[in-house]
Amino acid sequence: MFPATRATATTSLSLLDALESEAIHVIREVVAELERPVLLFSGGKDSIVMLHLAVKAFAPAPVPFPLLHVDTGHNFPEVLAFRDRTADRLRLRLEVAKVQDYIDDGRLRERADGTRNPLQTRPLLDAIEAGKYTAVFGGGRRDEEKARAKERIFSLRDEFGQWDPRNQRPELWNLYNGRHRPGEHVRVFPLSNWTELDVWRYIARENIELPSLYYTHERDVFDRDGMLLAVGPYAQPRTAAERASVRSEKVRYRTVGDMSCTGAVESIALTVDDVVAEIAATRITERGATRADDRMSEAAMEDRKKEGYF
Amino acid sequence: MATATLDTTTTLLRIATAGSVDDGKSTLVGRLLFDSKSVLSDQLDAVERVSRDRGHEGTDLALLTDGLRAEREQGITIDVAYRYFATANRSFVLADCPGHVQYTRNTVTGASTADVVVLLVDARKGLLEQTRRHLAVAALLRVPHVVVAVNKVDLVDWSQDRFDSIAADLRTAATTLGVAHVHAVPVSALLGDNVVDRSDNTPWYGGPSLLELLEQLPSSDTSDDAAPFRLAVQHVVRPQSGEDRFRDYRGYAGQVAAGVVRPGDEVVVLPGGRRTTVAGIDTADSLAAGLDTLPEAFAPQSVTIRLADDIDVARGDLLAAAADAPVPTQDVVATLAWLGDRPLHPRTTVLLKHGTRTVKAQVREIAGRLDLDTLDAAELLAAESLTLNDLGRVTLRLAAPVPVEPYARARRTGAFLLIDPDDGATLAAGMVDGA
Repeated sequence: MFPATRATATTSLSLLDALESEAIHVIREVVAELERPVLLFSGGKDSIVMLHLAVKAFAPAPVPFPLLHVDTGHNFPEVLAFRDRTADRLRLRLEVAKVQDYIDDGRLRERADGTRNPLQTRPLLDAIEAGKYTAVFGGGRRDEEKARAKERIFSLRDEFGQWDPRNQRPELWNLYNGRHRPGEHVRVFPLSNWTELDVWRYIARENIELPSLYYTHERDVFDRDGMLLAVGPYAQPRTAAERASVRSEKVRYRTVGDMSCTGAVESIALTVDDVVAEIAATRITERGATRADDRMSEAAMEDRKKEGYF
Repeated sequence: MATATLDTTTTLLRIATAGSVDDGKSTLVGRLLFDSKSVLSDQLDAVERVSRDRGHEGTDLALLTDGLRAEREQGITIDVAYRYFATANRSFVLADCPGHVQYTRNTVTGASTADVVVLLVDARKGLLEQTRRHLAVAALLRVPHVVVAVNKVDLVDWSQDRFDSIAADLRTAATTLGVAHVHAVPVSALLGDNVVDRSDNTPWYGGPSLLELLEQLPSSDTSDDAAPFRLAVQHVVRPQSGEDRFRDYRGYAGQVAAGVVRPGDEVVVLPGGRRTTVAGIDTADSLAAGLDTLPEAFAPQSVTIRLADDIDVARGDLLAAAADAPVPTQDVVATLAWLGDRPLHPRTTVLLKHGTRTVKAQVREIAGRLDLDTLDAAELLAAESLTLNDLGRVTLRLAAPVPVEPYARARRTGAFLLIDPDDGATLAAGMVDGA
């Protein structure tokens, strides 16, 4: 049933080594073939891992592209501090596109539900256009969400930043096609084949520093739509039930997006090994546990991606 | 604790699904995810809610995989979706490919990187034209293993005769097409028989369940140390600043496409043909650890190679074992899976991407289409042009020599893309002929 064992030796790459090797290959292809790449860096774990891989891809030379962050204005202060520190340490230029600027001058309007995640698309597309970026690295993983599961590693976007899931380029072997017409750009997802658990195992193996809120800490939280939101300037309990649920809890974050729609999870994970064990045992997906914006409709992510969101 | 959870022994297996519409592919994948406990409770809640809203009797596991609006509305799979699941010692990337004829290009996409194609066959219908097409695609792309899941055996009363006759048809087809290893498993995706757990309903079947089989098959992230070394140069690493010890550093970054390389090995730089030896092999980790070189690198590791002589090497060059290197050529005979919306006519000029090199190419001749029943290159069907999803044989003339080699011998260096020079569309998956 199986082929006869060859007389020659074979050597296998472990899962993490295979994923690392594939991501480095992708990052190098982009730098070689696309004129102006930029890496979306939020200070979250996926973008931190992506930057770590970029450092590895070009060592001992520096990372040959800048960083871009779309700041919703509702981000966690410790994550922003981490973001700035990391850019300084690696001497990389960090460009920040601020949703707040757009709201202040009327180009965007605050939504009734207070979430700013969908508002990021316009500043992102403007920043891509202003920077004339032809390739934009994103930390998106296919295991995150059903629309993301359909993404190619190289994903062509039209001049409006739109994704057309029905008309994607075939992606064959490890031959990536980054050709595009003027005005179009390519979104690139080097972590496509990683799962949340792979990311955490890699963080553990590589000893990668993360913002502290990925580990358990005490925080005032309240219940909303089955999620634990942090009490703070961007999320206040609105109803009597929400007010009654306010309490101090041992929590950590699985994702660190916009504070107004990112939920915390109860946790006792103090170290990276604790987190790996916790993720290995969890019964709730990362986005299911923590993202209110994906719950708006069955195709919320798909609809936002078509508009130009990641 | 760290050692227990780091689990460095885990390997990665890449799977692509194929099969005709309504053979139950989405259900099988849903069942595989569900029974291997890879579906988390919030995903399952969502699927149960939608199943109930639509008036389905049970939980429709196909809803786990159809992610796009149009897919859920039409109940079909439009584009490849990638799924991830794991058992104790193996992680799986599953490319869930559509069955519609019009989306065969997505099956080619999924199969090009696959270690295994799982091909669905409806036990009531047996081998269909689309089954044959997918088997042919797997054969052409040289996917090392094909596992045929003979589905809906519950609807043929768990008939061993029915299974045996389909398995026999498959073996005949596989042998004709040159598929190296084919395995058949009787399953019921709907009920879960022989998908993850072995079934009591098929006592006549003594083999492994589908998942057990997938756990045993070899992964292509395993290098074949006997294959000659190949590495396409992606990027020249030249820091020119920073730490003193790296001021004059010059290395050639790339992913080992085949074989093993060690310091001191003689290599040839293609297409130029200059020979030199490997002075050192680096990764970020080896440099950080202060190592002079790694002892070796093997496929598919991403590394940076330093050479003993200061010769001109650039992106697009191929480093190859000097003792066994391909001969660069401007004339290529190849099999194409045509993926473009517009037909291919002779004399068309396109771009050919091989490894990290892209050159202009002209289609000199279309020898004909492949007969999907045999894939026999000696018996081509006449064709003036190739249209979407055709598999055909062509002769290409390249603007510059490229070190191609037969796909049958080297999956990485025998493959290429054809690209539309105007809009950048990927037009074809190409496989160099010859053995």
